[in-house]
Amino acid sequence: MSALLEVRGISKTFDGFKAINNLSFSIGAAELRAVIGPNGAGKTTFMDIVTGKTRPDEGEVLWAEGSKSLLRMNEAQIAREGIGRKFQRPTVFEDQTVAENLTMALKAERGPLAVLRWRPSPDSEARVAELAAEVGLSDHIERKAGELSHGQKQWLEIGMLLASDPRLLLVDEPAAGMTLAEREQTTTLLCRLAETRAVVVVEHDMDFVRRLNCRVTVLHQGSVLAEGSLDHVTRNPDVIEVYLGR
Amino acid sequence: MTRTPFVLRHPSVLVVLTVLAVFTAAVTAGSAAYGSGAIPVSMIKLLGKTLCLALAAVAMDLVWGYLGILSLGQMAFFGLGGYMIGQWLMYARTETIVAAQLAQQPIPATAQELQDAVTNQIFGVVGSSELPLVWSFAHSLTAQLILVLAVPGLLALVFGWLAFRSRVNGVYLSILTQAMTLALALWLFQNDSGFRGNNGLSGLQNIPGLDHVGQATLSVWFLWASALALALGYALAAWLVSGKFGSVVRAIRDDETRVRFLGYPVEGFKLAVFTIAAMMTAVAGALYYPQAGIINPAELMPIASIYLAVWVAIGGRGRLYGAVIGAVIVSLLSSWFTGGRAPSIHLPGYVVNWVDWWQVALGLTFVLVTLFAPKGIAGLFDRLSGILPPRRHGRDLGPDQGALQEKEATA
Ligand SMILES: Nc1ncnc2c1ncn2[C@@H]1O[C@H](COP(=O)(O)OP(=O)(O)O)[C@@H](O)[C@H]1O
Ligand SMILES: [Mg+2]
Repeated sequence: MSALLEVRGISKTFDGFKAINNLSFSIGAAELRAVIGPNGAGKTTFMDIVTGKTRPDEGEVLWAEGSKSLLRMNEAQIAREGIGRKFQRPTVFEDQTVAENLTMALKAERGPLAVLRWRPSPDSEARVAELAAEVGLSDHIERKAGELSHGQKQWLEIGMLLASDPRLLLVDEPAAGMTLAEREQTTTLLCRLAETRAVVVVEHDMDFVRRLNCRVTVLHQGSVLAEGSLDHVTRNPDVIEVYLGR
Repeated sequence: MTRTPFVLRHPSVLVVLTVLAVFTAAVTAGSAAYGSGAIPVSMIKLLGKTLCLALAAVAMDLVWGYLGILSLGQMAFFGLGGYMIGQWLMYARTETIVAAQLAQQPIPATAQELQDAVTNQIFGVVGSSELPLVWSFAHSLTAQLILVLAVPGLLALVFGWLAFRSRVNGVYLSILTQAMTLALALWLFQNDSGFRGNNGLSGLQNIPGLDHVGQATLSVWFLWASALALALGYALAAWLVSGKFGSVVRAIRDDETRVRFLGYPVEGFKLAVFTIAAMMTAVAGALYYPQAGIINPAELMPIASIYLAVWVAIGGRGRLYGAVIGAVIVSLLSSWFTGGRAPSIHLPGYVVNWVDWWQVALGLTFVLVTLFAPKGIAGLFDRLSGILPPRRHGRDLGPDQGALQEKEATA
């Protein structure tokens, strides 16, 4: 299986502090991967680097067929390549309706002129309705996103990610602030998504990771400490040391 | 699927355009040239100028209220529009006058002599006898009309490209826009910049070729032109901020980073809105200064742009009609209070003279509006039409500096 994303030996130093230290990582085209690690391990910074928000000091980030380098692209170009990202905190456009939020995320040309010419079509409206139904927001489609509950905002954001149909989905701590039922729904959704695309899930919660039932990468001090099945990594003495040793 | 026509989806556009049409008709009916003559020419000019300011405010609202950039240099574009049309007005009129004088001489003047005489007439005040390069097209109305759009548009494009590309945001961007207008004003103040230094351009109320028409009629024509420009500008702005484009623009205001991760080229959108707004402002300026009669570099000083921001804030940013209302009410009140016609208030031991105190009152109003009614005058309309802020749990609508506060958002 050839890799969809391949990260080779990246490092990033913030004010003398090595947040990412010679990190390598790769993921296949249809694969679910959990990334765990203690606070400050560099999980969010890793996502920042892949999505173009942060430039690494060294290393390579290669993408898809032909191994294009992502380091030469800006955030918007990387997003258009098909990398979607869900932030830790739900970030939806609160002053706009659920429908408007979803419409913006729909697959379509992104340039100003193309957006100016864009008109809603029966197709686009059906797609918005379908997405809203998928994330359980059918009854709220004309409401402002700002009025939704925290969990509903998370779902709206997931809906927006689905709308753009990314090839790689980066999800930062999706379970934070969710109820048990919502967590279960979320794991089901993530597993289903990973059938057709690559999904990287950053998570603290071990139960949640266990339910994902996938390969796990353990980050510590900016590099990979262990990789394998959850049972495999939790038997690793280094991992036990990191998680239990402090 | 049939789409409801644009004006029906946005009834406020229809209301604004109707009010504008009724207003224009009423003023025309009161003018000396086309009606009863109840409204003096100076008043008609004031109203015409006010419509131009309202157009500048609509553009400011696009940039600030919708895109989230508090530009404190918008009046640079207004002034540039004025200078560009002013060049032709001054050149062409001086040419007519000089040609008439030279015609009295026994030997007919050559084209070069004519141009030299015009140059002397215009640039004598700054001790120059050569036509500056920047006046190369001043003889041509068409060329100068193109420049009205092209020069401010290009300035906005270059400035915006540099600023947005390096991701300057918030207060720093505001300061940068202010530096831009200040630098432009200081450059224009110099005699050798070719725009007559602090003398500015004058006599702009006399339109070449229309000497026989008279100011009473001309003032009404300019009122019509200003009203038409405002109507078109308003409709254009309303169209821009509706639909998906408007959605993206407001999203950039509230959370620019997030918009990038959706794949939108944020800089391109900023540049488009900033440049369109600059050109709208320039058209407003090009219609304003022929009614004012004179333009000088002081008009481009940052304070003018700050006033524009104050009008939009008082009217209600993020509402196009708010910008119009704010600009009309505050600028008319300003000229009333500072024109010395407002009755002074006699307090025991002190006389409040409005010419001195108006600025203070305006500043105070601005602070009060910002604190207690961030939606400005437009907020009253929202309340009447039942638009209430959403009941929400968070406060700011987004982490960016330009994001609307909770109190400003519509339901
Ligand atoms: N922009 C930044 N400037 C300085 N330090 C940063 C920055 N971003 C992250 N860090 C530091 O890098 C380390 C890794 O952070 P992060 O990737 O957020 O960890 P995680 O998401 O795994 O909890 C932390 O110590 C954090 O303080
Ligand atoms: Mg994190």
